[in-house]
Amino acid sequence: MSIANKANRLTPYVFMAPAAIILAVALLYPIGYMIYASFLDWSPSQRIGEADFVGLRNYINLMHDAAFRESFWVTVKFAAVVVTLEMFIGVGLALLLDRNIKGMSFLRTIFILPMMIAPIVVGLMWRYMYHPTVGIFNRTLKDWGFEGIPWLSDSTWAFVAVVMADVWQWTPFIFILSLAAMQSLPRSALEAAEIDGASEMQKVIHIKLPLMLPVLIVTLMLRLIDAFKVLEVIMVLTNGGPGLSTEIVAMRIFRTAQEFQELGEAAAMSNTLLMVLMALTIGMFAYNKMQEGRAAKMQAMAAKGTA
Amino acid sequence: MSVQKETQNPLFYMLIAVLVVMSLGPILLMLATSFKTNVDVYDSSVSAFFFAPTLANYETVLCDVLWYEPSHVDYCDPTFGRALGNSLFVALISTGLTLLMGCMAAYALVRFKFMGRGTVSMTTLLMRMVPPAVLLVPVFGIWTFQYGLDGTFTGIILVYTAMNLPFVIWILQSFIVQVPIQLEEAARMDGANPIQIFFLVVLPIIKPGLAAAAIFTFRIAWNEFLLGNALLDRNTRTVPVTIVNSITEYDINWGVIMATGMLLAIPPIIFTFVASKQIITGMTAGAVKG
Repeated sequence: MSIANKANRLTPYVFMAPAAIILAVALLYPIGYMIYASFLDWSPSQRIGEADFVGLRNYINLMHDAAFRESFWVTVKFAAVVVTLEMFIGVGLALLLDRNIKGMSFLRTIFILPMMIAPIVVGLMWRYMYHPTVGIFNRTLKDWGFEGIPWLSDSTWAFVAVVMADVWQWTPFIFILSLAAMQSLPRSALEAAEIDGASEMQKVIHIKLPLMLPVLIVTLMLRLIDAFKVLEVIMVLTNGGPGLSTEIVAMRIFRTAQEFQELGEAAAMSNTLLMVLMALTIGMFAYNKMQEGRAAKMQAMAAKGTA
Repeated sequence: MSVQKETQNPLFYMLIAVLVVMSLGPILLMLATSFKTNVDVYDSSVSAFFFAPTLANYETVLCDVLWYEPSHVDYCDPTFGRALGNSLFVALISTGLTLLMGCMAAYALVRFKFMGRGTVSMTTLLMRMVPPAVLLVPVFGIWTFQYGLDGTFTGIILVYTAMNLPFVIWILQSFIVQVPIQLEEAARMDGANPIQIFFLVVLPIIKPGLAAAAIFTFRIAWNEFLLGNALLDRNTRTVPVTIVNSITEYDINWGVIMATGMLLAIPPIIFTFVASKQIITGMTAGAVKG
């Protein structure tokens, strides 16, 4: 009996152990290690114990590094532009397509395809389409008698090209989330508005959007966090170029580690990126908690009202 | 429900048609190009979609695993066939391990009240936030110098498993919460031990959750490039790494590379059509409470 009891008490630990060990060994330890490594002057041929401790030097170098500042700026610009575009298009489409039509589930299936395919392959497809001579865009432009566009070789166009590929890949994410949110809206509010003679537009602005706002904000945050992580598509499309016009921070980290072999500096960059993302995530959590608190208060008030 | 009548509006269906074309277009173009000879790709008089299709590109890519020798291949490069095998192996094993460990941990968290659900979703989200680029430096350093796992399948499977575990635990938790505890109690009365209860009672009920988690894990392990590129060597490379290595600045053989890309895209595309409902559940779980 006591042995069985003991076994039962041990069960949760046995069930937790494999996952906990893997997470500690292959996720938490590396992240802690990276934080430590960001204070070292470290090249890939060295063991970490041989690397010199240089304090904040890597961070100070970063602040004075024009290329890093540029890539930070490119990342912020990229994230702001793609997330804004995707939110407008995605929510707009969800508002337009929020009807009971046959084949909606098929449509959604089609829309998630771009997100499921490997980013490397997405980069490949778009690189082919942007090709100066054989790409479909320039071929069509030339057929219509226009000049071809230097999609990937001009710094402004390269940024546009990268943004377009991301919008293609990720707008469906926003669309699907906002459609799900819209379809779980309380019907009673909409019906009441209809009886009061509200127009479609008024319903959208005064009822649908405000009620969806909490979900929309979480969606926006999730997308923003992901936009800071984009790497592969840009790598295949432009490799950060021309110049530094599309070199986002993730790309810069990759190149600092792989090409320039400056692991300490790459770690400092990674840390900076991580802190930005951490701030975003905590902001999102704070917002969620606030929303929950408000909802609880409303419910309490409603309960008091009926009592 | 006067809204329903409006759905007859032809503009509405045109919008849908345009959207479908836009989202499928690039994929179909890739598919079409993978059946095109390199000469046709560069010939501007040949249409993007209408041409004499050929399987030659696929034969070039897969020459190593084909049962016959394609006549047009002079030298068979075994890189891709091997990478395909590597990718399958790595993705399948890491998916299996992640699922097994993930559902055990999720079960412990729910049934034995280890941590609040709030703590777990917090951790999941924090982990979701970590970009693979951030893991690049420490994983490379540790795997090479401390674990001695660089270039091995064990090494890469370890990273992928760790990367996917938080999400899998989190999504499976929401399924396990819904399993009626009476079922488990009944099984215990019949003398089943916790391990039997878990495998014979709980797991069969949460199959849809397992499917969703499996697809997400497989997709990440199958598509991942950055860490694979840093850790794997010539013999253990996965498909995304091979693709990036074969892209050169000039003179790309588009037909062959599109065939490669298509082969990499096929498994996720199949999953999407088979289990789009589960995928959407997994996707929306983060934002819309479910």
